[in-house]
Amino acid sequence: MRVMALVRRILKQIVRDKRTMLLLIMAPILVLTMLHLVFNGDSYSPKVGVVDLPTSLVEQLDDHEATINLYETTNEAKTALKERDIDGYVSMSGTTLQLTLEGSDPTINGETMKWLQEALKSLQPDSSSTMLKVNYLHGSSEMSQFDSFGPVLLGFFIFFFVFLIAGVSFLRERTTGTLERLLCSPLRKWEIVVGYVVGFGIFTMIQATIIASYAIYVLGMMMEGAFIYVLVITLLLSLTALTLGVLLSAFTNNELQMIQFIPLVIVPQIFFSGLFNLETISDYLSWIGPLTPLYYGADALRNVMIRGYGWGEISFDLLMLAGFSLLFMVLNILALKKYRSI
Amino acid sequence: MNPIVQMEQVTKHFGKQEVLKGISLDINEGEIFGLLGPSGAGKTTLVKQLVGLELPSTGKNKVFSILMPSLEVISKIGYMAQSDALYGELTARENLQFFASLYGLSGARQKERIQACMEIVQLTDHIDKQVSNYSGGMKRRLSLAIALIHEPKLLILDEPTVGIDPVLRKSIWDSFYELKKQGVTIIVTTHVMDEAEKCDRLGMIRDGHLIAVGTPVSLKESMNSTSLEDAFLSYGGAN
Repeated sequence: MRVMALVRRILKQIVRDKRTMLLLIMAPILVLTMLHLVFNGDSYSPKVGVVDLPTSLVEQLDDHEATINLYETTNEAKTALKERDIDGYVSMSGTTLQLTLEGSDPTINGETMKWLQEALKSLQPDSSSTMLKVNYLHGSSEMSQFDSFGPVLLGFFIFFFVFLIAGVSFLRERTTGTLERLLCSPLRKWEIVVGYVVGFGIFTMIQATIIASYAIYVLGMMMEGAFIYVLVITLLLSLTALTLGVLLSAFTNNELQMIQFIPLVIVPQIFFSGLFNLETISDYLSWIGPLTPLYYGADALRNVMIRGYGWGEISFDLLMLAGFSLLFMVLNILALKKYRSI
Repeated sequence: MNPIVQMEQVTKHFGKQEVLKGISLDINEGEIFGLLGPSGAGKTTLVKQLVGLELPSTGKNKVFSILMPSLEVISKIGYMAQSDALYGELTARENLQFFASLYGLSGARQKERIQACMEIVQLTDHIDKQVSNYSGGMKRRLSLAIALIHEPKLLILDEPTVGIDPVLRKSIWDSFYELKKQGVTIIVTTHVMDEAEKCDRLGMIRDGHLIAVGTPVSLKESMNSTSLEDAFLSYGGAN
């Protein structure tokens, strides 16, 4: 009978905690739906440029499933490639066909090569592959899946752990009453938020340096750009995670509820971080990507680590991350109004 | 005497529940004022109004003649909450240093204040111990030391002696009298009757009503009772 009393008590507790109950049911449904939409998206059709090829050949290529853009010169095509308007371009050098790939995503590289080989096969059944020469703008044929995912995962893990730790530690501040104690001192609300940002900022700078160095120098993750950019990106990304974690901790009462935010706030970001091809994601979901911080962090990290780009290409991503942090900080200050109105 | 705290027709409700019901109260400079009442009577809500952590639903709170909440007033108040708001990972000294610097105390002055406050609560021997290793009573005393760190003119203590043994409780009350001599006003909440006897004046709270205010002697006399407990019950019954 004591067991039944226990069972009754536990059931009551679950029913009282509506959000835990809701999460137990809704979170798996949500994640499964997203996985379904992500993986059952359209198959990828490459976007290919052609430079000054015989008309018959162009017509032949156009019959196959791909978007074809025409370019007059190789330079024009190269610019389009850099802008990532196209995945690769086909040009003729002497008698050999040349395929130049953007190269930062092995999946797209493979898809584009497969497409070209298919298209050429119908044209010249036997000699297609021997005549084809493949160049890479970034990366190489040796680039592994890990090199491509690496920067995204690096950003993700830093984001995830900073989010959780900052959120929980601010939560502790509330549950142990020290936050209330802080608000009984002349400390201003923005000082509390800034204090957290700076304190954790210093810590995350160290964290980011260690993790990034380990990934690049120990695991041998591809690294084309400057290390300092990686640090700046990860620092801004962790500030976003920190301020978001602190903000969301205002809506939780214990550590468990903080963890409940992981499937709602963290996991969906993975889908839009570039780990999966963004263009094949269902239209019902694709609008979410630009609303998530990891989208920008991962893009910037890939630009630096795989493509070797610098300030010019990553500044927009960095600005977006800074904007997110700033927004979350302001919201944090507003959330503290609950405890003290001035 | 000047009232240092003025509450004017303060009510507070959370949703439909009314926790404070039209409280008007003046507390004078230099007195030890006790708020006596059972748990759930609204004592904590009342003192939180005075430190600016909560706003009244209607009515006004003035401290040092300034309408609360005001950051200027907040820095003159020493507050000790019912729960020990301490950082367990830090030592007592680190806790004190942290709070002292929030009030702008630094250098030699800070050291001096930390020393003085730890002496009052008799924790000097344990100053470099990590707070998570403190006993319940020690944590309570450290919280008190933190409330005293910036030499506040007004001390607001929410059940300061819970979990403290009678010997130490006496020495803490001795330090209250010492502070009172220096002109500090002290507001304590308690549900212990013998502690209430030690206050200069008492406010009895029940169900959010301030049912009686006066010195312990006058409260007993007016109800013809020999103990405060009886007086409290009579006032409650009459209400």
